[in-house]
Amino acid sequence: MSRLAPGHRGCAGCCDAMAANFVLEAIGDDAIVINPTGCLEVMTTPYPESAWEVPWIHSLFENAAAVATGVEAALRALGRKGDTKVVAMGGDGGTLDIGMQAISGAFERGDDITYVCIDNEAYMNTGVQRSGATPFNASTTTSPPGSQSFGNPRPKKNMPAIMAAHGSPYVATTSISYPKEMMRKVKKAVGIEGPTYIHAHAPCTTGWRFDTSKTVEIGKLAVETALWPMYEQEEGEITKVRKVKQPKPVEDYLKAQGRFKHLFTMEGGDEAIAKIQAIADWNIKHYGLE
Amino acid sequence: MTGKMTVVEGSYAVAHAVKICRPNVISAYPITPQTHIVEDLSQFMADGEIPNCEYINVESEFSAISTLVGASAVGARTYSSTTSQGLELMHEVLFNVSGMRLPIVMTVANRAVSAPINIWNDHQDSISQRDTGWMQLYAEDPQEAADMTAQAYRVAEDKDIMLPAMVCMDGFILSHVYEPVILLEQELTDEYLPGFEPEHILDPAKPKTFGAFADPSTYTEFRYLQQKGMDAALEKIENAADDFNKIFGRYYGGLIDTYEAEDAEILLFAMGSVVGTIKDVIDRARTEGVKVGLVKVRAFRPFPVEAIRKVVKDASVIVTLDKNISLGLNEGALCTEVKSCLYNTDINIPVIGFLLGHGGRDIPRRNIRMIIDKAKQVIRSGVTIESEYADLRGELI
Ligand SMILES: Cc1ncc(C[n+]2csc(CCOP(=O)(O)OP(=O)(O)O)c2C)c(N)n1
Ligand code: SF4
Ligand SMILES: [Mg+2]
Repeated sequence: MSRLAPGHRGCAGCCDAMAANFVLEAIGDDAIVINPTGCLEVMTTPYPESAWEVPWIHSLFENAAAVATGVEAALRALGRKGDTKVVAMGGDGGTLDIGMQAISGAFERGDDITYVCIDNEAYMNTGVQRSGATPFNASTTTSPPGSQSFGNPRPKKNMPAIMAAHGSPYVATTSISYPKEMMRKVKKAVGIEGPTYIHAHAPCTTGWRFDTSKTVEIGKLAVETALWPMYEQEEGEITKVRKVKQPKPVEDYLKAQGRFKHLFTMEGGDEAIAKIQAIADWNIKHYGLE
Repeated sequence: MTGKMTVVEGSYAVAHAVKICRPNVISAYPITPQTHIVEDLSQFMADGEIPNCEYINVESEFSAISTLVGASAVGARTYSSTTSQGLELMHEVLFNVSGMRLPIVMTVANRAVSAPINIWNDHQDSISQRDTGWMQLYAEDPQEAADMTAQAYRVAEDKDIMLPAMVCMDGFILSHVYEPVILLEQELTDEYLPGFEPEHILDPAKPKTFGAFADPSTYTEFRYLQQKGMDAALEKIENAADDFNKIFGRYYGGLIDTYEAEDAEILLFAMGSVVGTIKDVIDRARTEGVKVGLVKVRAFRPFPVEAIRKVVKDASVIVTLDKNISLGLNEGALCTEVKSCLYNTDINIPVIGFLLGHGGRDIPRRNIRMIIDKAKQVIRSGVTIESEYADLRGELI
């Protein structure tokens, strides 16, 4: 059953819609959801329609965490907090680029909110431009490959580590390709007092250029190649890691997506792929994935 | 007049008024010359003097006003205060607040904007937020700034209005001055200001969607209805001032106030603390037989078009004094607005504008006197210069 009412305007196989469904399933009805500007917001609330069956608010692109702070504070001030969960859900751009200051402020203050980053690794709503979460060498409309470039020149910003460094009691990475696991982590996050953070990897059929039926498969490949490590961090310590038995070569993941296609045809592409493999190898070692 | 006078700083008078208005969520970021207001509020919080209230120490003005978006949507009475760079940083959110019809009240301790950086008073900061859909009220002295806070909540939270309001008080000149003030009394204020009970709130028991996406087929009507709210505020600002007078025995005008205006040939227009100086100059000029009067504009948004048309009818010349400039037009906002509300009427009175007091430059009486003399010339020989600085230091240019 879908918690997000059908009829929204998301692409077929949309990762953001799946992510929202899992979050809603995990948090239940006694919740207030805050959504920054982005695909999820736009596709779910074309006035006068709304796909949300929980109270929901969208203010701007860069302030979801601050709005969540205000919601939570008001509930307390008015004596209406009870068990109501305050959950912000935003894209990678709204979270770790333009929304960075607001989320940092909320986590430093220790506000009792849960923030779920739906990381589809680019600004999808505006037409697939790069963000600070776009992976190394991925092609986007503002990081296209060319004679001088293999695509996005920088690796992903390690946002979960940054949030853990704020002293968050619970930080977890997850993926929409593992619904049960994702829901367990979200449920755990909202049950813990203080600012908790979930970073959900979310393959976007339109932006990453793969068939609409392959969203889940692509997400699994990211985990199986160790390019997306899944772990939980409590009070600063990594407490649980999803092991990857015999990690697959990163090519398996890359060749399944249009955004990496150029690496297989360009001169020097082998070296570019090797650098991506090095990122996966670092993950295996750093997070103890094997 | 009820209540007893105490000598307090202007900022304290305002912070105290905020406390008495029973806010539920306060969120602010420090910036000179607003700091004393938020420090006083922080002390009230530390001493447990504001019941059912959360004070959020945010990391920026952008988050200060953003937290209030969430809080107000939940149904909290909300407050912030800022100025200058802080207000400009809020710009994007200000539109959002008014568009979502959230009646947040905010004190602006008016200050010049950078560059060059300058911490002293003028009105460029709030005037630059003119079209954000916030009501803007300008206070003449600390007592009015404090009382206006309660009036602002009354008007903003009215169900026919539901728009945010800025209470503008001149930075340093009013925020840092020590003056005898009657602090708002809790009992009287409770009588004057009902609790905030908005029709639409974020509540899991009755889920609603706030901040939806409006396409070209629906967007215009949202904007139209915001203007309707502003229209309704015209009368309610007057009522709020009258009712305040009934309960507290204090009155400063509604949308506008006048001083020696009935028979005035020369009618000066101004906002904020400079009004006090102008009144002194008028008193002196009147003893010399100069028929000069003043219109103090309390509400800059909504702009009191009808009230102004009525009050200027018999004047021979109108003179606006502006602590702000629209670069590229060489006029202050009051000049432009006053002129525009006389057009398409049978009123045909010359309007001249003076820019002065920018970046905190002192406004001595002799400058106002010089402005009155120039106005006399206009009566004799017509307008030669429409708008000019009244206090330019030629030797620096
Ligand atoms: C201040 C501001 N700058 C830029 C935009 C344009 N904008 C809207 S959504 C968006 C990208 C959203 O990306 P992300 O947060 O990753 O969400 P996604 O759409 O990818 O799910 C951008 C750039 C905006 N709305 N506001
Ligand atoms: S572009 Fe991606 S995130 Fe946006 S609606 Fe389509 S699939 Fe969903
Ligand atoms: Mg994105």
